[in-house]
Amino acid sequence: MTEPGMDLLMWARGTGFQIAIGVFLFGVALRLVEIFALGRKADVAPAKGDAVSGGFRTIFSRFVPAPGFAALLPVQVIGGTLFHFGLLFIVFFFIPHIAVIKDTFGLSWPGISSAVINALTVVTFAILVVLLVVRLRHPVRRYLSDFQDYLIWVLTVLPLVTGYMAFNAVGPYIPMLATHVLSAELLIALIPFTRLTHAFTWVSSRYYNGAFAGRKGTSS
Amino acid sequence: MTAVSIERGIEALRQQVDASVASYMSSCIHCGLCAQACLFYTETGDPKYTPQRKLEPLYRVWKNDFTLLGRLASMVGMGCKVTDEFLHEWEELMYDSCTLCGRCTMACPVGIDITAMVRKTREGMVASGHVPEGLIGAATRAVEGGGPMGDLLPALKAVIRRSEAATGIPVELDKEGAEYMVILSAQETVGFPEIVEAYSKIFKQAGVTWTISTETFEGTNVGIQIGSRDIARQLVQNVVDAAEKLKVKAVIAPECGHAYTALRWEGPNLIGRTYEFGVVHITELVDQLIKEGRIKFKGKNKNRITYHDPCQTNRRGGMLEQPRAILAEISENLVEMEDAGIWNWCCGGGGGVGANERAEELRTTVFLRKKRQLDGVKPDELVTSCANCRNIIEEALDHYEMDLPVLGLTEMVAEYMETDETEEPAADKAAEGEDQ
Repeated sequence: MTEPGMDLLMWARGTGFQIAIGVFLFGVALRLVEIFALGRKADVAPAKGDAVSGGFRTIFSRFVPAPGFAALLPVQVIGGTLFHFGLLFIVFFFIPHIAVIKDTFGLSWPGISSAVINALTVVTFAILVVLLVVRLRHPVRRYLSDFQDYLIWVLTVLPLVTGYMAFNAVGPYIPMLATHVLSAELLIALIPFTRLTHAFTWVSSRYYNGAFAGRKGTSS
Repeated sequence: MTAVSIERGIEALRQQVDASVASYMSSCIHCGLCAQACLFYTETGDPKYTPQRKLEPLYRVWKNDFTLLGRLASMVGMGCKVTDEFLHEWEELMYDSCTLCGRCTMACPVGIDITAMVRKTREGMVASGHVPEGLIGAATRAVEGGGPMGDLLPALKAVIRRSEAATGIPVELDKEGAEYMVILSAQETVGFPEIVEAYSKIFKQAGVTWTISTETFEGTNVGIQIGSRDIARQLVQNVVDAAEKLKVKAVIAPECGHAYTALRWEGPNLIGRTYEFGVVHITELVDQLIKEGRIKFKGKNKNRITYHDPCQTNRRGGMLEQPRAILAEISENLVEMEDAGIWNWCCGGGGGVGANERAEELRTTVFLRKKRQLDGVKPDELVTSCANCRNIIEEALDHYEMDLPVLGLTEMVAEYMETDETEEPAADKAAEGEDQ
């Protein structure tokens, strides 16, 4: 008799993972086609500056919050930035994650110690909780938020929590690991079909914004 | 205005969707930072004024018609509804509480050009008939009479006569082959006519030949403000026809933010080709003439002066340095307001809000942001290079009982220029003649 949850874990690591990656790739391709197949009419107004350099400048310049905004909304701006970096490190530098990536794509790189990732997970989760509270309490964020905003919060937090619990042996290990893998797969699969799309469209949005400003000889 | 309907409105919104719009719409995560950039939110605290929220009509059309999930939802009757009631509700957000100032576009962490999309969304509002009365009136007058205040040719001729009398410098109308064709904003012709004297003096000293077309001299483009490509195209075409008929080297865009945007950036795209002439803003030209040594000054203003950056020429037009370079020549004591420059706060009346009587109370409320900027530096005089900003600011200063003269940059240049002693104003000559 196999350990409880082992079948589920094996499915999640095999077929489940393939489905998630397949849906993700299909979704990303679909969204990119939906966006870029629309094209853009050529701008015939004589340019004052360079659109391309303006576009690339804005791709990078928006990593820094607009002047004064960090002071106005410190939790949102600083927390929002930090949790993205937290997720990035947890997803791409946790050694078991790198092993999965190597198995799937053949690429690997040095990881960060599990203890650091463990601590980073707690910090990132804490920031996400604070950001949820801000979303519920700040008049603008509450006003703007709909079901999907809370859904993507749950989708983002679930793999963090279950991963932490599995790693720290909170609850039965195998079922917890299976839950972690499945929740991560759910997140991956839904990225292109929710507002999590911004994970890849931010590049083109910033580019367009900066390019339009660049043409006019201004910066954005 | 052509016949309007919700179907035409939706179709007009569909026409606006391109790769940039789809990219922006895919990127918003409802962070709400844009609200902090918008004076309509910061001065009222009402979250409904969040810039991103204003894009909802365009968002719904994009989602319904340009995404697979949206199409599927629409097929089973679960698509986002775009109805007359919905657009009616959005009218205030579109026209009363957005000046197209562009601060939100600068602040968005994922780079969404919210301003450009409000401009696009207005196309749907016009086509569906959800536009404030004040703007419809201005647009109708522009189409029928050439400008938002109707036919101002008699008024312009009177202004020119007064200018010629005061300066002794003739203004040649409809002069073929002049280097530059001047267009004015209606606000200048009616409210700040001294601008013609300033042009006369500056261009005489700089040796610039210029003319005004009696066929088209209006720079204000209500089509851009209201969000109608058809009207905007017609008004741009009027200027293009006049300039190409007179074979001028360039048209000088006036001290009016949206006039510059209309002619310089949107115009060629509206008529589908580049012009046979250039477009230069008066501030750019004056800066260039100073740098070429063609304008000399007799002294400097010693008062504590601050400069209000018009959104369309600065943030959305790239003229950040030129007005300051000019002021460095004529002012000894320029003090910058907090957030001056590319992050400057709007006067509250751009983008058609100033022509929308219904928005007057809100516009006055949001001026509190500018008031705080001014209170921070306590200037003796404020100078700007947009007649609409100037008018809006003057009205608001009056409302808040603030005693602060508001100057036009070009007029200030003319005031501090070296004068040609050999010239005598025609009025003086006439007076001498009567004495004899």
